[in-house]
Amino acid sequence: MKEQLPRADKNNIVISVSGLVKSFGQLQVLKNVSLDVYKGENLVVLGRSGSGKSVLIKIIAGLLAPDEGTVNVLGNEVNKLDFKGLQAYRRRIGFLFQSSALYDSMTVRENLEFPLVRNKRNLSMKEVKEAVEGVLESVGLPDSINKIPSELSGGQRKRIGIARTLILHPEIMLYDEPTAGLDPITCVEINHLINKVQKEYNATSVIITHDLTCAKETGDSVAILYEGQFIERGSFEEVFKTSNTIVRQFYDYNFTTTK
Amino acid sequence: MGQNSGVNNASNNRKYLVSATIDAFFLGIYNVCRFIGRVFKEVFVPPYEFKEIIKQCYDVGYRSLALVSLTGFITGIVFTKQSRPSLSEFGATSWLPSLIGIAIIRALAPLITALIAAGKVGSNIGAELGSMRVTEQIDAMEVSATNPFKFLVVSRVIATTLMVPLLVLYTGLVGMLGSYLNVNTNEATSFTAFFKDAFTSISFLDISASLIKAVVYGFTIGVTGCYQGYNATKGTAGVGRAANAAVVVSMFLVFLEEIIIVQVVNYIRPLL
Ligand SMILES: Nc1ncnc2c1ncn2[C@@H]1O[C@H](COP(=O)(O)OP(=O)(O)OP(=O)(O)O)[C@@H](O)[C@H]1O
Ligand SMILES: [Mg+2]
Repeated sequence: MKEQLPRADKNNIVISVSGLVKSFGQLQVLKNVSLDVYKGENLVVLGRSGSGKSVLIKIIAGLLAPDEGTVNVLGNEVNKLDFKGLQAYRRRIGFLFQSSALYDSMTVRENLEFPLVRNKRNLSMKEVKEAVEGVLESVGLPDSINKIPSELSGGQRKRIGIARTLILHPEIMLYDEPTAGLDPITCVEINHLINKVQKEYNATSVIITHDLTCAKETGDSVAILYEGQFIERGSFEEVFKTSNTIVRQFYDYNFTTTK
Repeated sequence: MGQNSGVNNASNNRKYLVSATIDAFFLGIYNVCRFIGRVFKEVFVPPYEFKEIIKQCYDVGYRSLALVSLTGFITGIVFTKQSRPSLSEFGATSWLPSLIGIAIIRALAPLITALIAAGKVGSNIGAELGSMRVTEQIDAMEVSATNPFKFLVVSRVIATTLMVPLLVLYTGLVGMLGSYLNVNTNEATSFTAFFKDAFTSISFLDISASLIKAVVYGFTIGVTGCYQGYNATKGTAGVGRAANAAVVVSMFLVFLEEIIIVQVVNYIRPLL
């Protein structure tokens, strides 16, 4: 469990989403999503499968356009940015895909160099090498540098995915299910990594997860997405003290046995 | 936002101007034009992805050599064998080298090479980019503030546009070589005599028209493969569809362009 909430102050809002609506054909996934994330905070987003969590962070990253509503991140109106502006904005955020999305025709080294050399063109070969090795060290996979993604396990891919986003020192990290499908020990390692990123890089993070241990370990606050809206937002204790049955279900199904 | 958001937005509109199918058709044409426009725009804007362009040239050019060699060679032999009876009826077998030269350089080499490239290179590009799209690798490039369009699409289009003309020249030469072997065994024509005859019947216009054709075909194959792959949707089935559409559409376009270019060249020829 984490110590205390960072200053939830109006001046400290780095991600501000309001009135977001997004449909795919007839299916309205996000109905009215509003959310503020404060600087330096780790926000955990919980929600049932298919509730639109991935869609939400893709909208935040500018990968999907919302039908209605505004997304303001680091002072940028995300869906109004032109190509240049969007690139400048994306240099400041990191995105871990649910599927890791490693470039499967490239080695781990090339995966990590890809964003680095294209965004920081004046780095020397030595600096690139050091950055790659450094970030691999921090995710605990220095030996995998010459492997290709298909030679890695799911958890290793997740960690390389994190490394690939960390290499640009993002101010905001968006994690889509960083611990899904991993063994408990690797989960703990990833949780530590997420907390380390928060501390060392001073990053603000949005963490999507189904894993309440991860939520508890990494989250300064928790928000619950249900039927296209956030129904609850607060610290882990606050949120799960509630009598709201939908919220209680998340907790109960995770921590009580189904005997 | 990326090439994709336009597509996504449009598919969400539930009001159609005419009907769903007709709107989709024109939207498709609009998107293709925008795609091509973006290729032209980004070709000239630095930074350039030289390493990737060279890698793609190697894949498109060198990796196709075996197949086009075989096809060119066999086409040369077969075409010569099949043409001989008609010419010998008029006692004109000595015209074989010129006939072959004209047939191969003007028509066969560009068309055969383009069709092979459409099948081999086009499907490869469609499948590769398609699977990168559906596994979110292209999105991952976008969110890391790099330009996947330039890295993936522009480099491939440059590679096909440069390499298909070289392959066409190469196929032409290999085809003539095959033909020469056949003529040499049957008519005992010497190497120099054969090629002298063959080349004197080919004009500068023939060669330049073939190269222009080849450039157009190469560009078509690259753009079609990339467009299909880059805009693939709906999982692995979508990858299959992208690869398939890349081949079918680019072959169709190659035939269409062949007809148009032949008309234009035949119109110009007497003017020179
Ligand atoms: N590109 C798309 N086209 C059509 N429908 C989509 C698309 N992306 C997402 N959806 C739909 O939006 C809904 C929400 O999807 P999303 O991926 O955000 O769920 P999620 O909350 O991340 O679930 P999970 O926890 O399983 O990852 C789903 O019903 C899905 O079918
Ligand atoms: Mg998801």
